[in-house]
Amino acid sequence: MADLSISRRDFFHQFLPAEEGVRVERIAPEPADLTAAHFPESEFTLSGDLTPYSGPWGPEQAAHLLRRVTFGVKKSQLDQLVALGSAEAAVDFVLDVPQTPPAPPVNNYNNPQANPPYIDPAVPLGQAWVNAPYNLDFEGVRIESWRGWWLDRMLHSEANIQEKMTLFWHNHFATRTDAAFFGRFSYLYNATLRQHALGNFREFVKAVTLDPCMLVFLNGFLNSVAAPDENYARELQELFTVGKDSPVTYSEDDVVAAARVLTGWRINFANATTYFDPNAHDTGFKVFSGYYNNTVIQGSSNGEQELDALLAMIFQKEDVAKFICRKIYRFFLYYKIDATIETDIIEPLAQIFRDNNYEIRPVMAALLNSEHFFDAYNKGCFIKTPLDLVLGVLRNFNKEIPTPTPLDEYTLRLQINYFCGGMQLLPGDPPNVAGWQAFRQSPTYYRDWINADTMRNRNLLTDLLSFAVLAGNADLQLDHVAFAAQFPNPGDPNLLIDDTLRILLPMEVSAAKKQFLKSILLSNQSNDFYWTAAWLAYVANPGNQMAYQTVWFRLASMHKYIMNLAEYQLA
Amino acid sequence: MKRRSFLKYSGAAAAWAGFQFKGFSINPAPQLPFLQALAAGGNPNDRILVLIQLNGGNDGLNTFIPLDQYDKLANLRSNVLIPENSVLSLTGTIVNGLHPAMTHLRDMYNNGLVSVVQNVGYPNQDYSHFRSTDIWMSASDSDQLLETGWAGRYLQSQHPAFPDGYPNPDNPDPLAIQIGSFVSLALMGNTVPMGMAISDPTAYYEFVNDIVEPAPDTPYGDELEFIRLVAQQAQVYYQSIKGAADVGQNLSALYPASGENYLADQLRIVAQLISGGLKTPIYIVSLDGFDTHSDQVDGNFSTTEGIHAELLRKVSEAIGAFQDDLKLLGVDERVAGFTFSEFGRTIASNASLGTDHGAAAPLFAFGKNVIPGIIGDNPQIPDNPFASADLPMQHDFRSVYASALQDWFGIANPESILNYQFPILPIFKAASSGSTVLDTARVHVSNFPNPFHHATTFTFTTDGGRVSIDLLDMSGRVLQTIVEGTYPAGTHRVTFSRSDLRPGHYFYSIKVNGATVTKKLLVI
Repeated sequence: MADLSISRRDFFHQFLPAEEGVRVERIAPEPADLTAAHFPESEFTLSGDLTPYSGPWGPEQAAHLLRRVTFGVKKSQLDQLVALGSAEAAVDFVLDVPQTPPAPPVNNYNNPQANPPYIDPAVPLGQAWVNAPYNLDFEGVRIESWRGWWLDRMLHSEANIQEKMTLFWHNHFATRTDAAFFGRFSYLYNATLRQHALGNFREFVKAVTLDPCMLVFLNGFLNSVAAPDENYARELQELFTVGKDSPVTYSEDDVVAAARVLTGWRINFANATTYFDPNAHDTGFKVFSGYYNNTVIQGSSNGEQELDALLAMIFQKEDVAKFICRKIYRFFLYYKIDATIETDIIEPLAQIFRDNNYEIRPVMAALLNSEHFFDAYNKGCFIKTPLDLVLGVLRNFNKEIPTPTPLDEYTLRLQINYFCGGMQLLPGDPPNVAGWQAFRQSPTYYRDWINADTMRNRNLLTDLLSFAVLAGNADLQLDHVAFAAQFPNPGDPNLLIDDTLRILLPMEVSAAKKQFLKSILLSNQSNDFYWTAAWLAYVANPGNQMAYQTVWFRLASMHKYIMNLAEYQLA
Repeated sequence: MKRRSFLKYSGAAAAWAGFQFKGFSINPAPQLPFLQALAAGGNPNDRILVLIQLNGGNDGLNTFIPLDQYDKLANLRSNVLIPENSVLSLTGTIVNGLHPAMTHLRDMYNNGLVSVVQNVGYPNQDYSHFRSTDIWMSASDSDQLLETGWAGRYLQSQHPAFPDGYPNPDNPDPLAIQIGSFVSLALMGNTVPMGMAISDPTAYYEFVNDIVEPAPDTPYGDELEFIRLVAQQAQVYYQSIKGAADVGQNLSALYPASGENYLADQLRIVAQLISGGLKTPIYIVSLDGFDTHSDQVDGNFSTTEGIHAELLRKVSEAIGAFQDDLKLLGVDERVAGFTFSEFGRTIASNASLGTDHGAAAPLFAFGKNVIPGIIGDNPQIPDNPFASADLPMQHDFRSVYASALQDWFGIANPESILNYQFPILPIFKAASSGSTVLDTARVHVSNFPNPFHHATTFTFTTDGGRVSIDLLDMSGRVLQTIVEGTYPAGTHRVTFSRSDLRPGHYFYSIKVNGATVTKKLLVI
């Protein structure tokens, strides 16, 4: 992977807040005493196959589906999926993503109070900035505005897979904001991911190849007959399509040949479009290796035709479908793929992918609606990404990011994004073109999210959101009472705990643990009625602060406890 | 790129990010043998308070029995009353006695280790367990809503920045530990709880006792075990607590077998952690079950047996063993405790051999440095009370807190924590009056600049007498004596030149006013 001429780290550092100590990216993580690498590899992999699921359909199954296709269970969405009556209907539902692109991010970053005032001259407050011309002074805040907009979309995702799928493809077709440092390009790149997320994978690859953000990130826009650049040609094969899982794969000559095919693509920065410059294109014959059946792509002055030929050649390889299916599997189910999973899941799934002309949706439907996906043995083993954790807390508690002013909205979203960044996942800026380690780094995978430092921050986050009354951020506090009130029997401590755990934890916990949770609600008294009385007293007079605090503190303590459990880190 | 400057303008909310990242990326303090030795040697100002919560509302009238009211009690609660000849008598009083199950506490009282505060409660009793518990924990008025705890406010006043930057070399240990449960409202600070519960899931209780709930043999269980392991490591205070538990010990033979007395089990851990050098100043332990509406006494047998007798036996036995342990461990000078319960119970018993929610009740403080005796008067039992009558309060519970804050912890203005001035009760020997309890609060020493390159100036205040300042290396060896001599009362300045001292971390130790204080020094 060739790097950009300017070190990304240095580049990013120069516009980081100097004092706040926020780190965007952990280039070399501090070693924890116990790293995932030292943890013995276990023999556990998931069980079952792609047979359509025919078992019971209820809250347990629906919650599992929501945990994997959104960033956290919301009770309203759980009810929505349960009501659909079957796994098949629910999977259909979650794959029916909105076709209309979301409204673009707007200027929420103007700050007239700043000295000197900080006002984007090209974009009024509240107006979309995504068509504004490049302005170095404002690209930083536009990028953060975009990142915040994306975060908000993930937080508010409906009961469908759109946002998780978009993040999946971001991890797959990874780019970083610092390459172009142009908010408009970041936005267009994100729009490309959304547009094709469940569409045709071959068309997707073509769109990404010509995406301005990607063209800058992997130097495609500099690739010319006079100075061929292999960067994109390599990643196209190694990371985006055929992969290097198979012992027999593409050769270095194939990288060179593909790079020559891809010469001549240029960017019009003024209108953010890609165009083909025949003068920069290599018109010679491109000859590929035996891996590609010694395909020859005729030289021409038609860059798009040659690109189509290149993709047609690549998509002849069965490795493409298998490679993508493994990545989907590792993102949505579990990271361990052994011989059985390869045979029972990956290969038939790849066959579905090829049989459906590389349409993505049938693959997702087959996987999510399988016995394998819903097998009890397979649940709860996904270690939450920082986004799953942070957005998950907010989603579990139906919490919005408060937006009293546009600038507050901007600032809070930025802080949450960088909080996730501190825990190693900043949306928009994966560590490099291979995406986040946790989805590719054997043998540790998901466990890379967890170390002494990130665990501290994970627990701190849920503690803070449970209790913190920090000045200026009070509105981020979770509404513990409203959370309980959404259940049918909040006055019954046993039913309340069952309903609460169904939202918050991926698996049943022991009776002893439930008993302990009840002791929190009961302040260690033994009579269930004391909780019931406290709840009824609150319901009878919701405006009474005493009655409110009595139930609030006990619920907050219980919720904090549950979210401190290691189980809460799993989905 | 204006982003950096822009972020500065984006104002207070940036504290959120800074708070998170700066405060909690700090590595646990290195456990220098020297620092541990300092702790184990007992910085004399390291006083510890142990709060023992009796959950459910303890029946004070059957615990600390007003013998001068016995006839009236016999009319009102005959079915639960302790036979007069079974009441344990106490040295120096003929009008008070203890429940017969409390032999350990009787012995402690007779040895001058117990102070009893009579009729503790608050105006306008709220008879709800939850609300009344919250009132006790937050030290609020009956009709006042406080979202912080009294101990939490005290700790926050001493550590205004907490949790930002904690733990740190000066404060390597938790500021408060609650054993056996979640963190109660008492420890709630301005933003987060000031203390840790050691049966939190990431749990010190489990660390200390090496109990780990098994994970299932599935991919889920596999990942769960991994996260639990890392979570244990991630605990900011794990090293200090585990370290204290490892080197700490229990010496008393009076503890019952583990599992027989939950309160004793908790106090045993407290003693172990204290003996291991943990500098945590506040511990909270608790015992449940005092809500004795029925079968408070054993109807088939005798009023000296039953649920309440069993509970009081546990309380007495646990405190007795704990105090014995503290003495044998040589830390009893520094430790005091008191019991409390959210309310007392009705004067009259009910037909179910129980008592209902009441108001005031006695409270027991204990320790080598409590002022032994009985504070207040026996409650006056009315001749013909209405059925649910209970005891009026004589001492506001916040007087007990104020006394602990002022006399035990040496806080000059407890009203800053408790919102009002409350009478100080003679419960605890004040920090300055104990023969071996030294007042480091009266040691004022500082040096500037620190870190320094060429020279630094020490400023200290003395009441008059010998003063010495030694320079120590990281392992505690004395490198040189900076100051040695007799100084008149007042504030003095001494400048110290670095000469050939190599850059690095040092300590200086000042002896003044009979106390020793050690501080850090950095040469650059």
